[in-house]
Amino acid sequence: MLSLRDLSVAYDGHRVVDEVRLDLPDGEVLAVLGPSGCGKSTLLRAIAGLEVLASGSVAWDGADQVDVPTHKRGFALMFQDGQLFPHLTVGRNVGYALRLRRVPDTAVRVEELLEMVGLGGYADRLPASLSGGERQRVALARSLAVDPRLLLLDEPLSALDKGLRERLAGELREILRTAGTTTLMVTHDHEEAFTVADRLAVMRSGAVVQQGPIDQVWRAPADPETALFLGYARVLVDDAAAVLLAAAGRDPAPAVAIRRSALTVAETGPLTGIVRSSRITPEQVRLEVDVDRLGVVDAVSPLDRHPGPGQQVALVVDQTRLAALGRGGAS
Amino acid sequence: MIRHPGRRLSRLAALSLLPVAALGVFFVLPVLGMLAQGFWPEGEFDPGGVLEVLARPRVHRVLWFTVWSAAAGTAISVLLGLPAAHVLYRLHLPFRRGVRAALLVPFVLPTVVVGVAFRQLLGTSGPLGFLALDQTAVAIVAGLVFFNVAVVIRVVGTAWESLDPRPAQAAATLGASPWQVFRSVTLPALRPAIVSAASVVFLFCATAFGIVLTLGGVRYATVETEIYLLTTTVFDLQGAAALSVLQLAVVVALLAITQRLRAVPDPTVERPRPTAHRPTRADLPSVLVTLLLLVFVATPVLTLAAGSLRADGAWSLDNYRALGTSGEQQALLVPVSDALVTSLRTAVDATWISLTMGLLVAMIVTRRSLTRAERRLRGALDGFFMLPLGVSAVTLGFGFLITLDQPPLDLRDSPLLVPIAQALVALPLVVRTIVPVLAGVDDRQRQAAASLGATPLRALLTVDLPAVWKPLLAAGGFAFAVSLGEFGATSFLARDEHPTLPVVIYQLLGHPGELNYGMALAGSVVLAGATAVVVLAVDRLRVPSVGAF
Repeated sequence: MLSLRDLSVAYDGHRVVDEVRLDLPDGEVLAVLGPSGCGKSTLLRAIAGLEVLASGSVAWDGADQVDVPTHKRGFALMFQDGQLFPHLTVGRNVGYALRLRRVPDTAVRVEELLEMVGLGGYADRLPASLSGGERQRVALARSLAVDPRLLLLDEPLSALDKGLRERLAGELREILRTAGTTTLMVTHDHEEAFTVADRLAVMRSGAVVQQGPIDQVWRAPADPETALFLGYARVLVDDAAAVLLAAAGRDPAPAVAIRRSALTVAETGPLTGIVRSSRITPEQVRLEVDVDRLGVVDAVSPLDRHPGPGQQVALVVDQTRLAALGRGGAS
Repeated sequence: MIRHPGRRLSRLAALSLLPVAALGVFFVLPVLGMLAQGFWPEGEFDPGGVLEVLARPRVHRVLWFTVWSAAAGTAISVLLGLPAAHVLYRLHLPFRRGVRAALLVPFVLPTVVVGVAFRQLLGTSGPLGFLALDQTAVAIVAGLVFFNVAVVIRVVGTAWESLDPRPAQAAATLGASPWQVFRSVTLPALRPAIVSAASVVFLFCATAFGIVLTLGGVRYATVETEIYLLTTTVFDLQGAAALSVLQLAVVVALLAITQRLRAVPDPTVERPRPTAHRPTRADLPSVLVTLLLLVFVATPVLTLAAGSLRADGAWSLDNYRALGTSGEQQALLVPVSDALVTSLRTAVDATWISLTMGLLVAMIVTRRSLTRAERRLRGALDGFFMLPLGVSAVTLGFGFLITLDQPPLDLRDSPLLVPIAQALVALPLVVRTIVPVLAGVDDRQRQAAASLGATPLRALLTVDLPAVWKPLLAAGGFAFAVSLGEFGATSFLARDEHPTLPVVIYQLLGHPGELNYGMALAGSVVLAGATAVVVLAVDRLRVPSVGAF
């Protein structure tokens, strides 16, 4: 089990990672989610022992790792761009850690690992001849070959194009489940985090602002900014929040975050408004509706119903698609 | 508008006309003239005579000594230079920059000065006289290492400094210890730089002249000193030509290898630069090696300085005062101070000549080639201009004497003869300093300037000039220092009434008398001081490609 206590990293006196406390139980996959520049990659490198800590501790099963050099921690870090050794073949890259440990006859194990990431028979190729996705798979196999206590993934899929990213995210989840490896992954893409991880930690300006099981964080974001970063479309505050929560039949709260699909056009409903714009997508019609006492909000309607701008519509609220928030910075 | 490739080629040809012509007249012609003396001894083609020379037992001994002393010098330079490159370019230590600059000085110290310094150190009355190393092979190899370890540190250090740290970190997270990381990741990544440094050092060691001449005495000779001996003392031009051909062939082969290995990193790729880290216990051995190296480099220099301040068994400035005279028993034709003035004048001329040519060459070889023919042409020109790097300065000097002595090229009495020869010796260094900078300028910058309406000249001023002025200044300083210390070619070409300082020092060494020896020491200190000042000033400009090859 990994425990971070008040871990800080500073560059020139400026704290890039600020007193982070995190726990990661064995066998679970934690995603650290945050915008670029929030310090999440630095946090990852600090855990791996590649950054000097300003304060705090990194512990594994209660044993402090701060003075343990990187190569003795047993934490394998997979870089954003793989960092395959260009002068070694795929097979020798994957078998690198095995050779370091003088494991006899690595060929079988290497082929197994390559099979696991879907690259059987690639052992003799050079990294330069691989596509971006293939390189990341080799990097993953290389990291898993160590049989690490903890696998650290730095934006493992962000160098890939969208379609490949979605497919590989699913595969990554399967591979990690099969291997049973405790994993900490940082990403700026919440979809990727939801696909791969069990737990979520949201990071902003160097600090972890919220953490917990993924559905819990998802259902109850700590503050408006977190909600927006998790993919909520808008945050309503004060009076507007009260009106919406009342319409949903929920207790009042200072603020509420709503998803794009929280409001649906219906025959009748608790709210009414004037359509401002509408746009057809393959799944549904997306609307912007000016609702009395709420202001302009997003709404959707089924494809067979297609209200145009200026038209008055009734809206029902799907209360599973909104999250009541405490009072935070207004948005 | 798409320019016709033919027009580009003709423009390239026009641009390269001046440097090619200059190198043709002042390099190819003299070297060929020298060779002709050997192959056509009596006006008839006689290659058999040359082969006969190569069969002489003495030539075999000379060849063998050249190869093994150069190999030993190279191996030791690399072994000492690698840890020092790590310490000076990757560790966060106080005085790092100062030490780096200080280690660059030996490389440009005049060979004669280094010879004098080592003899002062190892001679029977010197501080290390008890080792009885004076005039031994060990002394020669030590001298070679003294010179060339700076090359290894510089070349490998700059490569190491800009090495992407992430593969090494990836290896560490996979469980590789620092030593395993070095063996399996760092060393393979540095291999091109190490091989390139080693081949350049081997080249310098194998063609070393002044150092072998002053340290080797009569017992040891390399191909280079043998050529000198055969031409000036024995007048065996056939023998000298045979050795020159041999040397030329080996040097061209080595240059071809280094050219191939000199991989220029893609300048358009942004790479994270590693920050220097604080030394840990694992760095202790390399720090110790570096300290040892500093002692090794400083000792001869300090002994030299101390020796120059001793006269008649007491501390005094007499040796320096005597620099205004022409020595005991009229050892010299002119006072040493006159020689210093000649040296400085010559160096100024050599500097502007090599800078002009170097800049033209650098522009020619760095512009992007559009066709394969163009690329081949540029590659060939690049190699051509590197030739002076390894061709024996002695061959060059002697070639000047025998080919540039009749109309229309009667330059024997031209005051530019020595500067031109020295400029050719410095040319490769100038080119190697400027080329990486010009090559690093993203061609799209020029295209952007052009698309905004800048003429080619204007684009040059906007894009290239700001990048290149500092390296140009640094290259100028470097050329100046090289010219100040040049001995091989100058020893042939300097006129008796206008000798340069290194020539005068060598003459003083050859004359008996304590004062003459003292003056040689004092003159060496002055010369070393002048070059050191220039090199340290160049280092302040912080141009990474200076002294890299």
